[in-house]
Amino acid sequence: MTAITVNVEEKLFQNRYRVDAGRPHIKIKDADICTNECGSKSCTFVCPASCYKTEGNGTVTLITDGCLECGSCRIICSEHMNVDWEYPRGGHGILFKFG
Amino acid sequence: MKKPSQFDAIVVGAGPSGNACAYTLAKAGLKVLQIERGEYPGSKNVQGAILYANALEQIIPDFRDDAPLERHIIEQRMWLLDETSFVGTHIRSEDYNKPPYNRYTILRAQFDKWFSAKVREAGALLICETTVNHLIMDGDQVVGVQCDRIQGDVYADVVILADGVNSTLARKAGFHGEIKSENVALAVKEILFMPEETIRQRFNIGEESGVVIEMVGRITDGMMGTGFLYTNKESLTIGVGCMLGDFKNNPNRTSPYALLEQMKRHPAIAPLIEGGEMKEYCAHLIPEGGFHAIPQIYGNGWMIVGDSGGFVNAVHREGSNLAMTTGRLAAETVINAKAASKGYRADSLKAYKTALDDSFVMKDLYKYRDMPKVLHKNPQFFTSYPDMVAQAARTMITVDGVDKKTKEREIFASFRKTRKLTGLVGDAYKLWKAIR
Ligand SMILES: Cc1cc2nc3c(=O)[nH]c(=O)nc-3n(C[C@H](O)[C@H](O)[C@H](O)COP(=O)(O)OP(=O)(O)OC[C@H]3O[C@@H](n4cnc5c(N)ncnc54)[C@H](O)[C@@H]3O)c2cc1C
Ligand code: SF4
Repeated sequence: MTAITVNVEEKLFQNRYRVDAGRPHIKIKDADICTNECGSKSCTFVCPASCYKTEGNGTVTLITDGCLECGSCRIICSEHMNVDWEYPRGGHGILFKFG
Repeated sequence: MKKPSQFDAIVVGAGPSGNACAYTLAKAGLKVLQIERGEYPGSKNVQGAILYANALEQIIPDFRDDAPLERHIIEQRMWLLDETSFVGTHIRSEDYNKPPYNRYTILRAQFDKWFSAKVREAGALLICETTVNHLIMDGDQVVGVQCDRIQGDVYADVVILADGVNSTLARKAGFHGEIKSENVALAVKEILFMPEETIRQRFNIGEESGVVIEMVGRITDGMMGTGFLYTNKESLTIGVGCMLGDFKNNPNRTSPYALLEQMKRHPAIAPLIEGGEMKEYCAHLIPEGGFHAIPQIYGNGWMIVGDSGGFVNAVHREGSNLAMTTGRLAAETVINAKAASKGYRADSLKAYKTALDDSFVMKDLYKYRDMPKVLHKNPQFFTSYPDMVAQAARTMITVDGVDKKTKEREIFASFRKTRKLTGLVGDAYKLWKAIR
């Protein structure tokens, strides 16, 4: 399969969210584990909202604003269990109009 | 420590399983509280989505009068795709075009809202915008839930977890461990709006009737999974789902959205969706581990229904009907336990499991118990087989002066090159055994 570049932000832009400002519902427990111990960093390509990004220096950053609440990042991090995953506070997060 | 129960039952979640459960309980006159984290029921929920009438009919027989249904399905297409072509079957029958219809396309956000209104009409109390964070225990008995609200502790005789595939509650309470990435599929989908007239023409359908297309092949980049394209009233739903473990291990590091975009560009698909205006992009997990992945589903003061218990028949893409059926059977168990004053310990709630075993839910899941393993160990079902079939059909149909017998020989030789004869026969046998 030929790789194509897709602008996921454009897709997320169509969605409705109520962001719980300053209270991310998902956290990376220990940033050092991502940087030093995780080779695959699969969250950076498996997350369907592209919330995880690898930086040049090998660290992984997480911005949960576009999160679709699928739970994949928590489950795939089975080796290090480095994702602290909760649902957003009631009423916050993604609000599907069609689902 | 035990606080007096404020409710007979608390149902966590307002998807199809929670709604079926709360509806059945409330209809029988029990005092029911239902808690949903979304702004409204359905705002967190994603589905393909096909609604199977039978499961809902058993709960609300006249649902067709006012449920928000998109189209009843009169035609199903199954496509095998390689990079550039597809081979497929179409099953269309006028029998599917006569009421009462058997399958419909729906939009979950709207359908769940409708179902939830019925639940409230039946007498249940619904609180939205509220996430349940923990179960409250009294020793080994579940006695209530702790919500993310001030004074958010509520007590009930029994708590039913209808909280979907990502059940954080059962895990935190230690009822089962984390989901394994081999047991869930990650699906992404988009909704594309276009004029109704265009949909009718493109799919050769009437005002109310619809078409569903299920696809396997190169569109999943070698991963175990399927694509789907469904017709709604004024929109199309297009999506693709693959096992989460396959995404994680894919050497191409393909992201779900790239997979979907690639699929939309396939020459067999692109003309069908052309001009569609994308209005929403969704992602959701589907529990596809089947029979062997079902956890303990009842205990002292608690039961698990729907996706939270892994009740999905991945082979037939059925989930919402299993969700409604498990929800209904759990409710009936509570109703019987109350009537007999038997209490809500595991020994009394065990009747839920017995009822499930007797229903199509467990019978179907048992029938396909080996399917996930067989497909997983044999990725050729998603790669070389669709290729082979598409190639064979192309060869046979291309008129180029080569006689048919020679063509057959060529096809067979190419089959054997891709997969040894013993492999072919073995695969057929494995698949047959898993389906039988
Ligand atoms: C892409 C896709 C396509 C599918 N296609 C089909 C199909 O065509 N036909 C079919 O029959 N099935 C299909 N399914 C499966 C079907 O969607 C599910 O089986 C069904 O939705 C399960 O219903 P449920 O009520 O158990 O869970 P859900 O519908 O997931 O509902 C769970 C509810 O609980 C709420 N909740 C969760 N945790 C909490 C908490 N802690 N506190 C408060 N509320 C909470 C959620 O907000 C949600 O409303 C598909 C699934 C997907 C993802
Ligand atoms: S829950 Fe899903 S969408 Fe949200 S960050 Fe994790 S993988 Fe991404």
